[in-house]
Amino acid sequence: MAADTEPLPVVPLRRWGRWISALIIIALLVLLGIALGNAKIQWNSVPDFLWYRVMAIGLLNTVVLAVLAQASAIVIGVVIALLRLSANPVARWFASGYIWLFRGLPVLLQILIWYNLALVFPMISISLPFGGHLVHEQTNVLISAFTAALLGLALNESAYMAEIVRAGLTSVSTGQTEAAKSIGMTPATTLRRVVLPQAMRVIIPPTGNDFINMLKGTSMASVIGVTELIHASNNISSHNLLVMETLLAAAVWYMVVVTIASIGQHYLERAFGAADRGPVSRAARSARV
Amino acid sequence: MSDLPLLRTVGVHKSYGGTEVLRGIDLDVAKGRVVCLLGPSGGGKSTFLRCVNHLETVDAGQIWVAGEPMGYRLRHGKLYELREREVARQRRKIGMVFQHFNLFGHRTALQNVMDGPIRVLGTPREQARAEALDLLERVGLAERTGAYPAQLSGGQQQRVAIARSLAMKPELMLFDEPTSALDPELVGDVLAVMTSLAAEGMTMLVVTHEMGFAAEAADEVVFLADGAVVETGPPSQVLGDPREDRTRQFLARVLA
Repeated sequence: MAADTEPLPVVPLRRWGRWISALIIIALLVLLGIALGNAKIQWNSVPDFLWYRVMAIGLLNTVVLAVLAQASAIVIGVVIALLRLSANPVARWFASGYIWLFRGLPVLLQILIWYNLALVFPMISISLPFGGHLVHEQTNVLISAFTAALLGLALNESAYMAEIVRAGLTSVSTGQTEAAKSIGMTPATTLRRVVLPQAMRVIIPPTGNDFINMLKGTSMASVIGVTELIHASNNISSHNLLVMETLLAAAVWYMVVVTIASIGQHYLERAFGAADRGPVSRAARSARV
Repeated sequence: MSDLPLLRTVGVHKSYGGTEVLRGIDLDVAKGRVVCLLGPSGGGKSTFLRCVNHLETVDAGQIWVAGEPMGYRLRHGKLYELREREVARQRRKIGMVFQHFNLFGHRTALQNVMDGPIRVLGTPREQARAEALDLLERVGLAERTGAYPAQLSGGQQQRVAIARSLAMKPELMLFDEPTSALDPELVGDVLAVMTSLAAEGMTMLVVTHEMGFAAEAADEVVFLADGAVVETGPPSQVLGDPREDRTRQFLARVLA
């Protein structure tokens, strides 16, 4: 037999389907490129708009608003998640209601409600027990457009963060808590040293996704006149009518900040628990045992 | 109180949703003694062990460890329920080894052993580290101090878990089927560590199916079935010449 003597030449399979689909994709992309080339867009004006002063302010507000809203949402979300997992039925009930409400309403509607709060509460006062006020101010002064946007975005996101944190906390097996108890750790130490660090592996990826969504979600603040990227580009185009060009400039900035956030998320995930350690899944553990 | 044994349980009852798992357990373990709990699965052995360090609360009865009622404070003839952080203080003197090891997955072997002394006892880091290294060497894992639990075999994980408990310098050690989740060839290493611990005078309460260990290391064997103590005595008697039919049936099945 031939197999006993010389190695036989091998004829690779011709994968015609791959060639054809690749050619179709390339052709479509070329057509798209031609169409964009013929479009009535002043491409060369886009880079200029990137560096307009109002655009810089818009970029700054977008980033600051997103970071503040996400940070507040994480803090509130942890608290709501702990209430949701509490042994106290009233706390559980409250947390469920909170999540139900803030997840149920569109963010834009929440932002508009905060922005228009002065219509129903013209003054905001916090009175001290024996006369005098801690806060006594007109609502319109206290809640600027930026604050209204921050409240709307942060509270909405906090409901989602509560669910993310809860999922993370419950992903840590009860054996971990019992082991911590058995060496005399208090509940607070157990949460901080044992449960939260391991929950992070579950919490961080969806939180990163939410933050990227948040960066884009700040665009809704344009409706109430916060100078974020969309509002800034509208501002420019109202003078020169180059609507598409200014929007593209905003788009470039969004892509830049989202890309940076994605890179940050990648490193954060790596720092918080490679899969080769961390709490071992049941399957992995029994395979090792 | 000083005349109490290190562990005394009086009439311990525990039910889960109408099913009575423990039906009045009275048990004494004197300081330095090794007591093995044997019995069929579902007989309440593990539940009883978990009641001892208050991972489970009892429905009736009391558990005294080193003269203190677990989960309570005795004042003016009444038992006042303790807060969780006060129970945590009581648990310091009781070590526990679990069937599934429950090592902290995000910490190395060394960190698993050091964390308790540092976070709970406030031991200085360098001292905790030195003691942890000693303990890991004692359980035969001096080479694997930097490994994460997932990188260790089950037997190695269980020995780290024993070291983690010992780092708290407990007066009483509880073992909840420490070798049941191990491959047969890994059981020996863990039992060897437990045997030497027993020889050094550690007070131990051990739930196990390892009859060999019970025969060799135990001062006393307690046979538990259907939530009650069926028979108690030295291993030679309970294992070699059981008085109760229930014990005899169980041993016949296990040793078959």
